[in-house]
Amino acid sequence: MYQYDTLDKAMVADRAAEFRGQVARRLSGELTEDQFKPLRLMNGLYLQLHAYMLRVAIPYGSLNPTQMRKLAWIGRTYDKGYGHFTTRTNLQFHWIKLRDTPDILDHLAEVDMHAIQTSGNCIRNVTADPYAGATAEEVDDPRVWAEVLRQWSTFHPEFSFLPRKFKFAITASPKDRTAARVHDIGLVMRRGRDGALGFEVIVGGGMGRTPYVGPTIREFLPVDQLLSYVEAILRVYNRHGRRDNKYKARIKILVAALGTEEFTRQVDAEWAKIGAEINLPDAEVARIRAAFAIVDFETLPSRSETFEAAKAASPALARFARNNLKPHKRPGYAIVEISLKGIGETPGDATSDQMEVVADLGERYGHRDIRVTHEQNLVLPHVKLDDVPAVWAALRDAGIATPNINLVSDIIACPGLDYCALANARAISIAQLIADKFRDPDRAENVGELKIKISGCINACGHHHVGHIGILGVDKKGEEFYQLTLGGSGAEDASLGAMLGPALPYDRVAGAVDTLVEVYLRERQPGERFLDTFRRAGVAPFKEAVYADAH
Amino acid sequence: MPTLIEMIDGSARSVDDGFVFVADDQDLPEGDLILTLSRFQTEGEVLLSQGRRVGVKLLADQEVEALAYDLPRLSVVALDFPKFGDGRSYSNARLLRERYGFKGQVRAVGDVLREQAGFLLRVGFDAFEPADGSSANEWQAAALRYRHVFQRAADARAPVYLEREA
Repeated sequence: MYQYDTLDKAMVADRAAEFRGQVARRLSGELTEDQFKPLRLMNGLYLQLHAYMLRVAIPYGSLNPTQMRKLAWIGRTYDKGYGHFTTRTNLQFHWIKLRDTPDILDHLAEVDMHAIQTSGNCIRNVTADPYAGATAEEVDDPRVWAEVLRQWSTFHPEFSFLPRKFKFAITASPKDRTAARVHDIGLVMRRGRDGALGFEVIVGGGMGRTPYVGPTIREFLPVDQLLSYVEAILRVYNRHGRRDNKYKARIKILVAALGTEEFTRQVDAEWAKIGAEINLPDAEVARIRAAFAIVDFETLPSRSETFEAAKAASPALARFARNNLKPHKRPGYAIVEISLKGIGETPGDATSDQMEVVADLGERYGHRDIRVTHEQNLVLPHVKLDDVPAVWAALRDAGIATPNINLVSDIIACPGLDYCALANARAISIAQLIADKFRDPDRAENVGELKIKISGCINACGHHHVGHIGILGVDKKGEEFYQLTLGGSGAEDASLGAMLGPALPYDRVAGAVDTLVEVYLRERQPGERFLDTFRRAGVAPFKEAVYADAH
Repeated sequence: MPTLIEMIDGSARSVDDGFVFVADDQDLPEGDLILTLSRFQTEGEVLLSQGRRVGVKLLADQEVEALAYDLPRLSVVALDFPKFGDGRSYSNARLLRERYGFKGQVRAVGDVLREQAGFLLRVGFDAFEPADGSSANEWQAAALRYRHVFQRAADARAPVYLEREA
């Protein structure tokens, strides 16, 4: 993993000191809330319905056990003993007191963490494939380039006051676990015909009120030209993106208004004028690359007798292995996903105790490497198969061995009306009601991959547009209603969901999902996921079943 | 009149503003002037020929490309921040310095707060009219708060990757 050196640490310390001064000016009354707001929003501090929320950055979702233990400690000391992992792979504390925030930032800085650029109209935390460095699918380690972007984008003097927030995702696998095509910039690494590494550059995807799957504006950008090219994109956006209406200010609106061809022409014209000295020197890329290449894997047989015997003895472990283990590039190792979607729990929440268990497991069995996924789960990317039974038992004892990765109850939900000042409706409790319908793990496994995503308002923090089943909370005369969409995907086959029909009241949503699943089970052909069946059969059979009793 | 702070070689000081800004509907006073772009385009030639020093104020939605051929004759380009969060003038400033090699004063005017000081300095501003009453000392402290920088910009500061090589 990348280690902060004295220079990285100094940046974090300087930021914490600056914020301490700003909070002092606010608490003394020198700054009004109006004046303080843009300053706190540059430090990940939001004022929500009940309290301040502090969003801590987890660059490309990667953290070590020491950092995880510190997050646990902060959750216990300054919050209510838990934290919430987000779709940006960050961690939010929802019950923070303003006067504690300078101390919290100092504690974070001790372990090279911070809240830099987790809010505001700047370049936000860059996300990357959570299986980076562990999956055999990838053509390169995307964390190298995510770290390059982290450094370049941190306190960028030209691009810290963009028309709106700006999000990068980067993956180097054909299977996209980052939702790259619905980001402001998605970077998909591939090799050119001559074997050289490059990026497919996708710009102007996004969700919110006006969702788009982003167009590709460059099929192959040589890796060494990454920074000059993204600087050209950001400059065109900074100068020409709309600033008169925050709902039309994301880059997707500019790309759509200009058209892909004209936008690309403007970027290329700007790029031609930017000097190559903006690009990172090869020596620095090599230094960063070396930091990610240090895992000392053992040479192991691909089959672990210990693991096989344990699975044979424990159906629960066998089920966990079927759903939560993913293939590792090294024989005898596995990628272990830790679901934060326990039935009846809040998606993405982890208690301080649970965080400490994961930290210990990462320390003991996982090469000190822990990842956060954009689907709000955790990953131990490098676990020996021999150790999986012990890891599983510890997770089970902590209540986080739910065997449901990619299944119907592995739901993304925004905080919704339980926390958020923008929400129209609850999202968490809808997720809980749906999960409860599929409490029977045999049934959930039979249904297979099914991505449900729930947003409590049109801002779409719960990514409902790209849910196989998307659920959007709306307010109808003071009552919570939910609009269902089908057929969305945030993966390599990205698409936006299509409306199912009229919005449903709160107490009918989970039942409607149950009905949709029954239609799928009836209609599916061998090998089809829910999404595939929907794409083949269309909306009609689903719509008919859900609204049957209305006719 | 707001305080004018100049920052040269890392040192900020309050200075008397030798320039007067004239709006489009104002009569022209004596002395050195900062004009709007449209007024500069109609009257700039005459004023320059009178031996006056002339500057232009660009609004956030006016692009520095419009001045490309006039820059060698200008003493000041003032770039406007209609509000704290409007970042267009950062790009204008950087292009003035990096692309057009402008050597005159680049001045930040409008909703200019000390929290922006470091960013402004890095994209090439060297004069500031703070809207928050900052003194030169406060401005300097804010502008130089960060000991290191991560990326190249229009200033001469070496990014961390060059510090690491050294």
